[in-house]
Amino acid sequence: MEFEVIVVGGGHAGCEAALATAKKNHKTLLVTGRIENIATMPCNPSIGGSAKGIVVREIDALGGMMGKVADKSLLQIKMLNYAKGPAVRALRAQADKITYPQNMLKVLQSQKNLEIKEAIVEDLIIENNKVKGVILENGEKIVSKIVILTTGTYLKSDILIGDTRTREGPHGEKPSNYLSDNLKKYGFKIIRLKTGTPQRIAKDSIDFSKTKIEEGDKVYHTFSFDDQPSYNIEDQIPCHLIYTTSETHKIILENLNKSSMYGGLDDITGIGPRYCPSIEDKIVRFKDKEKHQLFLEPESLYYDDIYLQGFSTSMPKDVQEQMVHSLPGLENAIINKYAYAIEYDAIYPTQLKRSLETKIIENLFTAGQINGTSGYEEAACQGLIAGINASLKLENKEPLILKRNEAYIGVLIDDLVTKGVRDPYRLLTSRAEYRLLLRHDNADLRLREYGYQVGLIDNDKYQKLLDKKEKINELLNKLKMVKITPNSNDILEKLGSTPIKDGYSIYDLLKRPEITYEKLLANNIIDFKYDIDIIEQVELNIKYEGYIKKAEKEAEKLISLENKKIPENIDYNNIVNLASEAKQKLSEIRPTSIGQAIRISGVNPADISILSIYLKKEYNK
Amino acid sequence: MNDTIAAISTALGVGAISIIRISGDEAVNIVNKITKSKKIDKSSTHTIHYDFIVDNDKIIDEVLISVMLAPKTFTKEDIVEINCHGGIATTNKVLELLLTNGCRLAEPGEFTKRAFLNGRIDLIEAEGIMDLINSKTETSRNLAINQVSGRTSNLIKDLRQQIIEILANIEVNIDYPEYEDIEEMTNQMLSERISSIENKIKDILNKSENGKIVKEGINVALIGRPNVGKSSLLNCLLEQDKAIVTDIAGTTRDFVEGIIIIDGIILNIIDTAGIRQTNDIVESIGVNKSIDLIDKSDLVILLLNNNEEITEEDIELLEKIKDKNYITVINKNDLESHINIEKLDKDKIIYISALNNSGIDKLKEKIKEIFNFDKITTSDLTYLTNARSLSLLRQSLNSLNDIKIGLKNNLPIDMLEIDLKNIWELLGSIIGETYEDELIDQLFSQFCLGK
Repeated sequence: MEFEVIVVGGGHAGCEAALATAKKNHKTLLVTGRIENIATMPCNPSIGGSAKGIVVREIDALGGMMGKVADKSLLQIKMLNYAKGPAVRALRAQADKITYPQNMLKVLQSQKNLEIKEAIVEDLIIENNKVKGVILENGEKIVSKIVILTTGTYLKSDILIGDTRTREGPHGEKPSNYLSDNLKKYGFKIIRLKTGTPQRIAKDSIDFSKTKIEEGDKVYHTFSFDDQPSYNIEDQIPCHLIYTTSETHKIILENLNKSSMYGGLDDITGIGPRYCPSIEDKIVRFKDKEKHQLFLEPESLYYDDIYLQGFSTSMPKDVQEQMVHSLPGLENAIINKYAYAIEYDAIYPTQLKRSLETKIIENLFTAGQINGTSGYEEAACQGLIAGINASLKLENKEPLILKRNEAYIGVLIDDLVTKGVRDPYRLLTSRAEYRLLLRHDNADLRLREYGYQVGLIDNDKYQKLLDKKEKINELLNKLKMVKITPNSNDILEKLGSTPIKDGYSIYDLLKRPEITYEKLLANNIIDFKYDIDIIEQVELNIKYEGYIKKAEKEAEKLISLENKKIPENIDYNNIVNLASEAKQKLSEIRPTSIGQAIRISGVNPADISILSIYLKKEYNK
Repeated sequence: MNDTIAAISTALGVGAISIIRISGDEAVNIVNKITKSKKIDKSSTHTIHYDFIVDNDKIIDEVLISVMLAPKTFTKEDIVEINCHGGIATTNKVLELLLTNGCRLAEPGEFTKRAFLNGRIDLIEAEGIMDLINSKTETSRNLAINQVSGRTSNLIKDLRQQIIEILANIEVNIDYPEYEDIEEMTNQMLSERISSIENKIKDILNKSENGKIVKEGINVALIGRPNVGKSSLLNCLLEQDKAIVTDIAGTTRDFVEGIIIIDGIILNIIDTAGIRQTNDIVESIGVNKSIDLIDKSDLVILLLNNNEEITEEDIELLEKIKDKNYITVINKNDLESHINIEKLDKDKIIYISALNNSGIDKLKEKIKEIFNFDKITTSDLTYLTNARSLSLLRQSLNSLNDIKIGLKNNLPIDMLEIDLKNIWELLGSIIGETYEDELIDQLFSQFCLGK
């Protein structure tokens, strides 16, 4: 049996990768430890969130599945940051932990060219620095042209609770014990990372009267650009909010030395995420804070676990009992699953190209937590890109590299391969310097074209995109043409706006903060009927034109630097004037453009000048 | 697409004309903005124009402007050159205006680099440019950081800290909107916080010592009893440096007797001219009048006579200047010594003879030491970097103004933050801090988040 692509791992990265290559007619095998655990959500029961929600939209625009599957698996959904500005709006959904994996599995199973196999991969077949397939635990070899590793936290994973360390992955699954050592043997730098997850509490043991209710939005949302909502607003399941008490803090401080991370175990080497500290970290680091916020999030309609968000810990079980019982409403709570920390191996991501192919082993791609990231959405988008680029490689085409001004996905991958990671990497809006361009609302306008070009977006959807673009331009032009006269001043006054002296285009009028398209329609100043998403685009572009133009100008600078390519075979040791730190960093990261080189820490502007002169001289670029 | 760069391309010093060169797509437009005629953008290529450089409506200098359009120029980009006539301080001000209006200060060797990259210079010269960039970068980097005095630098660090706390607060509200226990940065709060930042930036701009030194020079008061040789010393200093007496706005020119330049820094010598007129009444010596002059000065030179003993008046003057930068110059070194220097601070004594023109160099060295010339004036770059700092501060103020307008229009915080981030970056480049993960680090150290 021969495959073109083998995807190792059935998590969010693996699913997207396998679907992408199979959809593109490349015979694909997905190898996973346990089929029933495909696309599970081992940590929080939510998809999306700030920045991450935009990534889900980007995945959808490119032809990935996460958004569509999430839309079918919602418990609750809301738009975050509505008032804080158009660039930072993002969807966050509570997704059902039973339905989501089931829906994703259905998609995988009905996908042509895709087979799924239960097994653990322990080694790769490698010839002349080129991957040729995988070797399973039982020694069986499976041959393929491309291998995509999406092993998540399963490389030599250890579960840590108090003073116990157990070699296993999430859900008590078997980890891969040798794959990371073998990768090291092939020349990869392996790092050890750590993350954690909080307790799951039996729902009927919680007194919800002592909590504050947090409901979903009262308007419909979908992640996907193609879906109609498949839920009922009224049927959304709420979350609940509580706070830690002084008693909680006392228990934690008294038992601190029993936490794995504070002395319970003395062999911790993994580096945990800064943005996801355990509750003991929070209490130690923020001594002055009297209470910390916790969320009670439902995991599923089909079982009763409540996810205790914010209470992740590596305390022993008996201390966890005391801690949980000190919380309001949880005095008699039953812990169905204890919190734990998990340590796992990952590869240092500067060893990757921006296509997510590794630099030292040809045709080997990696995506997801193995690359040092954290989060379902971060994993899924890398899986999709790895899948797309694996296919393009098989087709002898140039890889799809998204730029920092095009997508959060571009920001994420560029950060990984250019800067490396210190702790598990989470996307934040503040990581995106052009975030005003990378909005929730325009993900399709930014990326669908690429999805179409690589073959994951079909003609119908592409036609819809072209129509949308046309309508946007049409409306923009109309608004520039149509003028109002001082005759309409009474309406302006009514809307709290200053009167005009001469003719004034609707376009310019919409720049005024107090004027909205809706108000103009309501007052019969205009009568153009367009879909709400067309109006949204047009209005955003008019209202924030100045800021958007500024961002676009900045982005142009970036693009011109990205277009200055650095040849792959360049030998930095030949550039005599280059500072030695720059030589070393450039040789390690091997940027593909001057734009990428600038972002490498330790490479200063003078080095860039010298590099560009050298390129001009040697390659006449 | 290259940005537009500017630099003073003549050696700074005593020369009568300084030339500022501007290269890039926006060169003509930017220069046009700061001319009185506003007609430079209508010029045909390779022409010279008589004009005035203005800051809003205020005339800064009378200049000749050469316009050379691409591609027949040194860099193959549009080049504009401004011939300034008003001396160093004025040239510096013109440069500052250019930077505030959208130019970037050229890096060492950057014009040549562009000439090469645009195919104007042949390959053999490339190595030379690389060496040049290499050797000059270290100096200029140090300059960019060190030329801001410790005090100013700390003020800027403080400001950046205040700004980054606001930024982290906004970011945490955006990235962790579910945290209800984290205070939300509202437009109201932002408005209060930025007005305090605005005041501080204005304050730094006003007080910025180096800015003042570069723009206006150091005011030096020459004091001492009559006949100790004040005029002779002044003449010595002037003679040696071929003083140019220019009319520089903002200096205490009413008192300025002459201007000398040491290593590119202007010294405005404030002679006690008034005192000489009243020297009939020896007793009153004009100590009272001197006080005023002392207050106006950055440096006091107390002149004593080697040939005479120290008098009550000398002691009284010493008492007046003890908290200022001062140098005790003992003149008439050529005569027999009668002076008792026990009561003087020996570190601050310089012996000269104005008559023989000796010891003047030592005096200059002392002045350089007191004002840390090494740090602020390794070369002509000082002026550039200073104009750069000042323009960065002014650009910060412009951005602050944009925030205020945005606040008035009730723009969402995400838009307002763009300008605030810009200010934070501008301030960072003044003191050479541009660590990009700073904000994210701050986010996680200031707020408590997690699953």
